Amino acid sequence: MPLRKPSAAACHSCPAHAQMAKMGIQLENFDRVVALAGNPNTGKSTVFNALTGLKQHTGNWPGKTVSRAEGGFILNGVRYKLVDLPGTYSLLSASDDEEVARDFILFGQPDCTIVVVDATSLERNLNLVLQVLEITDHVVVCVNMMDDARRKGMQVDLRKLSRRLGVPAVGTVARTGEGLSELMSTVAGVIEGAIRTNPRRIQPSQEVAAAVATLTPLIEGIVPGTPNARWIAMRLLDGDDRVRRALLSGELAQLLSRQSARSRRPSRKIALEGAQ
Amino acid sequence: MSRSSPLPPEQVLEVADRLQRSIGDRFRDQIVESIYDEAEAISNSVVRQQDAGGVDWEQRIDRLVTSPIFGLPLMLLLLALVFWITIVGSNIPSQWLAQWLFWVEAKGSALFDAMGIPWWITGFLWHGTYRGLAWVISVMLPPMAIFFPLFTFLEDLGYLPRVAFNMDWLFKRAGAHGKQALTMAMGFGCNAAGVVATRVIDSPRERLIAILTNNFVPCNGRFPTLIMLAVVFVAAAFPPAFASLAAAGSVVAIVLVGVVFTLAVSWGLSRTVLRGEPSTFTLELPPYRRPNLTRILYTSFIDRTIFVLWRAITTAAPAGALIWILANIQVRDANLARLIADALDPLGWAIGLDGVILLAYIIAIPANEIVVPTMLMVYMGVGMMVDLPSLSALRTLLVDGNGWTMLTAVNLMLFSLLHNPCATTIMTIWKETHSRKWTMVGALMPLAIAFIVTFLTAGIARLLGLV
Repeated sequence: MPLRKPSAAACHSCPAHAQMAKMGIQLENFDRVVALAGNPNTGKSTVFNALTGLKQHTGNWPGKTVSRAEGGFILNGVRYKLVDLPGTYSLLSASDDEEVARDFILFGQPDCTIVVVDATSLERNLNLVLQVLEITDHVVVCVNMMDDARRKGMQVDLRKLSRRLGVPAVGTVARTGEGLSELMSTVAGVIEGAIRTNPRRIQPSQEVAAAVATLTPLIEGIVPGTPNARWIAMRLLDGDDRVRRALLSGELAQLLSRQSARSRRPSRKIALEGAQ
Repeated sequence: MSRSSPLPPEQVLEVADRLQRSIGDRFRDQIVESIYDEAEAISNSVVRQQDAGGVDWEQRIDRLVTSPIFGLPLMLLLLALVFWITIVGSNIPSQWLAQWLFWVEAKGSALFDAMGIPWWITGFLWHGTYRGLAWVISVMLPPMAIFFPLFTFLEDLGYLPRVAFNMDWLFKRAGAHGKQALTMAMGFGCNAAGVVATRVIDSPRERLIAILTNNFVPCNGRFPTLIMLAVVFVAAAFPPAFASLAAAGSVVAIVLVGVVFTLAVSWGLSRTVLRGEPSTFTLELPPYRRPNLTRILYTSFIDRTIFVLWRAITTAAPAGALIWILANIQVRDANLARLIADALDPLGWAIGLDGVILLAYIIAIPANEIVVPTMLMVYMGVGMMVDLPSLSALRTLLVDGNGWTMLTAVNLMLFSLLHNPCATTIMTIWKETHSRKWTMVGALMPLAIAFIVTFLTAGIARLLGLV
């Protein structure tokens, strides 16, 4: 997986930055959907504001994003819609916030999901990253607040982190804009396939693995071509009602056909200029 | 099974159920455990901690501000400091603004007269609508321009979760959710926002309690009313040296009364119609962060100050028009506004206010911001037309012209704190609960409490011969 060196400061002169136009809230036309997930209080809303140029207020307390906020940005002529999900610690239990975040990553089928993590408490934040990696391949980890980590004398090896996770990890300081252009180009790279991901999946016990192996082909039979049959199988084994209902009503199958239709229809700009 | 005939979803679910039963309850524990182990392993291999050396200031500060002994007193001191800075800082700009805006009114109406424009147009535009707007701006703009940046600063710093931490045990005692302290803090900004913020509370019972009691903390729209009353009445009762301290103290006292009512009503609700045990939760105390000053200024001026002011202005103008019309429709000997105010007077007297104030509250249902301007417009419209070049002139109008006493001021502060939420908040409660019943409760319960409390204070004050 090709990874760039983490840059020390935002590169205001590089072409990516020059071509980046902030769309604010003109959301009618967009080519790609990017979800923004993360624990509460990791600077997720600050990342969102910095990328979209919106000036929504972001207070320093957990749980302030109570519904989805949406904005957008343009990079290299491709219009990205960014969806800010409520901050959650996990996607497993059934609080409203976790359900909103989980449902969007699963049923909203974003082209890429950025998981914002706090560099100073990586261990706790990685729980959510690993859970997102169970659902989707297209993930970029945004290791935010690198300045706080540096101040506390912590060194985060981003290269090693992305190797262990199997998805790119970009260091940022959202407050100052450091690393955000790299984050955007990495997201673009993951979406367009220039960066391949091979997400780390947890290894369950043999018993569970066998059950998952039994269920996965059955699920693929109902939802042909689904990228996350394994995850759906695990949710069924956990007795997840929402997933059961979605499977029964055919909602999952519909989502999938919509998703593949979208990826077959490239943006007009890409068609004109050739995909990156 | 063959690839050509996949099992129907119902049967797949049956297979899943069978497998689930065979694995049993360990499944989730196993998954959670392996995720935690994995996260720990990755984190250990990726993060290298060098000894930063020195003292961990953050932990020391946290120990102080969340200490069981000093936590709450420090919080109150901080609150008092914020109000004191607001009151002291806004006094002089308020007078400048008032002088300048009323100078414009004098010139403008003189120009209209010179151009031969009919008196009723001049009266309607300059002495009615414009004067109301001028009051909104000169009384509300300076306090907001000082209060909001200070509040946003505390928010950005990370102080609010500490407040929630300090108050958690109180809410737990009241049978409510500890996060209600956070939604209550949001209510200081805007009650409608506070009601939306209750989504962070998962239990429907506790969320409903938080929604129904959010109104008991004064929002942005009501702070200027409280601050104005504190400055005009409370401060005036003290020697000049202590005036601003007394004013700040009285606003803190009113906020405390609001918190007491929040807790008491939460307690009452959780013991009666919304019975249940408080649920546990984890609250993360985020690290203190250096607030971004430009963003604080932008947020507090554009998103808060200008937003609130604009809302006040857009509702004050139609309200001004309505009052002007009421004041100029003559029925027999008196005008309509006076007649309505007179009809409301007995009720107003019973709760230590008067008919004009009640009329102002009825007209101001769309937005609490305009209670004081509406009141002034009615007083001025139905009584004498005086210029109000300063706060002392305002005091003269209220005390000498309309018989206000300290009881009126105190009860108006209490009424403003406790009465029904504004129309926007009521709409928000309906949107969040989807229940007519709870929306009615949310609107009428505070109103009833406001009437009962002010009735009691008025009765006690009169019995003791204080007024």
